[in-house]
Amino acid sequence: MKKAIVYLNQFFGQIGGEEKAGFEPEIREGQVGPAMQMAKTLHAEVTHTIICGDNCMGSNPEETCAKILAMLDGLEFDIFLAGPAFQAGRYTVACGLICKAVKEKFGVPVVTSMNVETPGVNMFRKDMYILKGANSAAKMRKDLSNMVTLANKLLDGVAIGPAEEEGCFPRGIRHQVWRKDGKPASERMIDMLLKKVNGLPFVTEMPIPKIDRVPIAPAIKDLKKAKIALLNTGGIVPVDNPDRIQSASATRWGRYSIEGADGLEGGVFKTVHAGFDPAAADADPDVITPIDALRALEKEGFYGALHNWFYTTVGTGTTESEAARMAREIVPYLKEDCVDAVIMVST
Amino acid sequence: MVKEIERTGIPVVHMCNLIPVSKTVGANRMVPTISIPYPLGDPSTPKEDQWKLRYHRTKVAIQAIATDVQEQTVFSV
Repeated sequence: MKKAIVYLNQFFGQIGGEEKAGFEPEIREGQVGPAMQMAKTLHAEVTHTIICGDNCMGSNPEETCAKILAMLDGLEFDIFLAGPAFQAGRYTVACGLICKAVKEKFGVPVVTSMNVETPGVNMFRKDMYILKGANSAAKMRKDLSNMVTLANKLLDGVAIGPAEEEGCFPRGIRHQVWRKDGKPASERMIDMLLKKVNGLPFVTEMPIPKIDRVPIAPAIKDLKKAKIALLNTGGIVPVDNPDRIQSASATRWGRYSIEGADGLEGGVFKTVHAGFDPAAADADPDVITPIDALRALEKEGFYGALHNWFYTTVGTGTTESEAARMAREIVPYLKEDCVDAVIMVST
Repeated sequence: MVKEIERTGIPVVHMCNLIPVSKTVGANRMVPTISIPYPLGDPSTPKEDQWKLRYHRTKVAIQAIATDVQEQTVFSV
């Protein structure tokens, strides 16, 4: 029987929650958590499960991947599965990083699953099969079964169809195939053209990827006169969270006065971000919002002035479109006070 | 958020731990931080060291917005 190895984060690996997100990678014989469910229908034996904390992988990707590759050295396996990672941003990046590293070193197929709203998708979809995953672990059964279905095709040597049919994100690879309808390109093109001129819907065979890049804003010419504003997605708010900013998938933001403040104090400010262990930021919010350092640099005359407000939202599970909207709502406040530049701290 | 702000012509520096994510999303000026839960001060180190690290990286960030760049740039700390 063929062999498979599964990668999970600390949560699905049953080590613990955010307080264990720094968990160093470990390899266990047999199956842990979702790997047990996979093993039931996978056409391979899941011989080992690797468990690694999301922050460990996020903060030291090269070192952590190297440790895991060393654990895999000498083991026989035919496929490597990571996740499913759902809408957990760091977990998707971790799955992508380790799958890419494993594929490069051992040359075995790799399969993972992520939600479209996560950063892992655009970072890694060209490098591997990423199934279109759900936005919550409540869909574990479905996402797992989709992963196993694709993995079984790879294990059994069954031809993999277009991404759309397989439920994957397109890798951007074009294959030569014999079409079932036998229609040559010239006919298909004319069909599309006729539909287009008649205002009917049609599906292009060659979508042009949209890359949304923003022109680089010119640098501040004279720092001594510059007014700088601080924003953060680390959820730093007054302890009563007056704007009721959500701990995840935020749609709200707030701005809080720092006029005359030399820093933020624990007990007065805290983080409401649910995507990491809040202990450090609750004790000293300046580890996320460096207002003490900004104030010191202002007093030294390194730059002109600190804008009197800092701005907060929570960046975990928050969709790009909501984030863009919140930023557009914040900009008028910055313009009103003639802010010249922004420092954004993300967690 | 970084992109929407920069779109209005205000230069932004993104201080974050997952630089590859920031690059993919499209930030133009980036300064690495040390971790996700405590980007600018490791609580297991003395307060003095945390302050030095935070002061230094914040200064690099301010310098970054006063630096003209031609492409996405990660400033070294």
